[in-house]
Amino acid sequence: MPDVPPLRATPLNSVHRALGARMVDFGGWDMPVQYSGIVDEHRAVRTAAGLFDVSHMGEIEIRGPEAEKLAEYVTTNAVSRLQAGQVHYSALLYDHGGFVDDILVHKVAEDHYFLCVNASNQDKDFAHISSHNRFDATVENAGARYAQIALQGPQARATLQKLTPVNLTAIRYYWFADGEVSGCPARIAHTGYTGEDGYEIYIPPADAVRLWNELHEAGRESGVKPVGLGARNTLRLEAKMALYGHEIDASISPLEADLAWIVKFDKGDFLGRDALLKQKESGLRRKLAGFEMRGRGVARDGYEVLWNGAPAGWVTSGSPSPTLNKNIGLCYLPAEEAQPGTPIQVMIRNQPVDAVTVETPFYKRAK
Amino acid sequence: MYPEHFRYTKEHEWVLVEGDTATIGITDHAQQELGDIVYVDLPKVGAKLEQGASLGSVESVKAVSDIYAPVSGEVTEVNATLADKPETLNRDPHGAAWLAKVKLSNPADAEGLLSAADYETYIGAEK
Repeated sequence: MPDVPPLRATPLNSVHRALGARMVDFGGWDMPVQYSGIVDEHRAVRTAAGLFDVSHMGEIEIRGPEAEKLAEYVTTNAVSRLQAGQVHYSALLYDHGGFVDDILVHKVAEDHYFLCVNASNQDKDFAHISSHNRFDATVENAGARYAQIALQGPQARATLQKLTPVNLTAIRYYWFADGEVSGCPARIAHTGYTGEDGYEIYIPPADAVRLWNELHEAGRESGVKPVGLGARNTLRLEAKMALYGHEIDASISPLEADLAWIVKFDKGDFLGRDALLKQKESGLRRKLAGFEMRGRGVARDGYEVLWNGAPAGWVTSGSPSPTLNKNIGLCYLPAEEAQPGTPIQVMIRNQPVDAVTVETPFYKRAK
Repeated sequence: MYPEHFRYTKEHEWVLVEGDTATIGITDHAQQELGDIVYVDLPKVGAKLEQGASLGSVESVKAVSDIYAPVSGEVTEVNATLADKPETLNRDPHGAAWLAKVKLSNPADAEGLLSAADYETYIGAEK
């Protein structure tokens, strides 16, 4: 029998169990997949707000006189254009241009960058960044020092404001502020993974239970609900946000994943740059596209996609969309067929079912 | 929770035998595991079901799952209301959300299935 490592638990594990959540093994973490139900939780985020335990996410800190040089070299977006307090979405790539991970880069100071990375990738990311650290900088795998709670939805700001002296209105979208939430030191980032307005709050693990309960209580009358990984997935899919292991992985480049906007070729050298330039010059073979089902059925991850009756790609994510009441998905297609309006078919349980590529994101909040 | 006069399968279907007719459904445990149900695919009236073989599927937001025939027989009626209101399966799986009625080809089929008490023990142990 191979040794199966025990599941890792976030500091909020007992809270999820007390709330009656259904728990699942998510990349080695014991996480809540749903509380009241995926559709109910999804709608709560779109209409009120949702409270998410995302403490499994990893944090990596880069510090030192050449912190910026290291961050610039290992990521694709232009770190030098960030101001202190600003965040951007970015990628860690291998030399061949495939994803190590997708990440958020927070500039804390000229000599300090704070990276939020995927839970199951954090050790790999840390090793990857460390192995390319030929700069005067230190890299810390800091996941154990942070719990993370996300509060997402139209009621997120008003709810969080009840518990913090930090003026949330002053934190622009994709900026952050260090302050206190309910007396606990917190990094409050105006970021999210749902397509709604909201915050991702990094706190010491010892404060996580108290803060969760206070946020839950503060939002109770406006309909704030705990939300599990099930609705987190349907929310991010509607907003067309990539999920590592689905839209992106080591075999996929950001150009193929429709993420050219996080690649800044003009910033100078970075890992994967040559491979991406080559790909750009020779033309992309495949590209990510959004689609809607026309026939009856739900496309699921890994299903084959047909174009002109022949195998042409695969579904990376698919689900009923609770907001749109349609069955939606993302898939890879030959680049020339990836524009909206292409009729395709998805093989659902050995039957080809009609679908059509559409504009993305599927859902965009009213500003 | 689990009616005493039903019989149950380890694949989480229930069957109610009345004379030579059986009503088939999925259990409350099954609907809980699936979560929000969005589609139900049922056989056509006249279809021949074979005990243990797939008769259709039920699909939730997060997954799709086969439904297996708990007994053999010919489908005499299907619950057409589920096409428009699949969510009934989440609310009333042992009642309004029955799936199909069949004329039993072997009335003894149900005898080998689980009693309510045995099914509850089974799903308790599964957790």
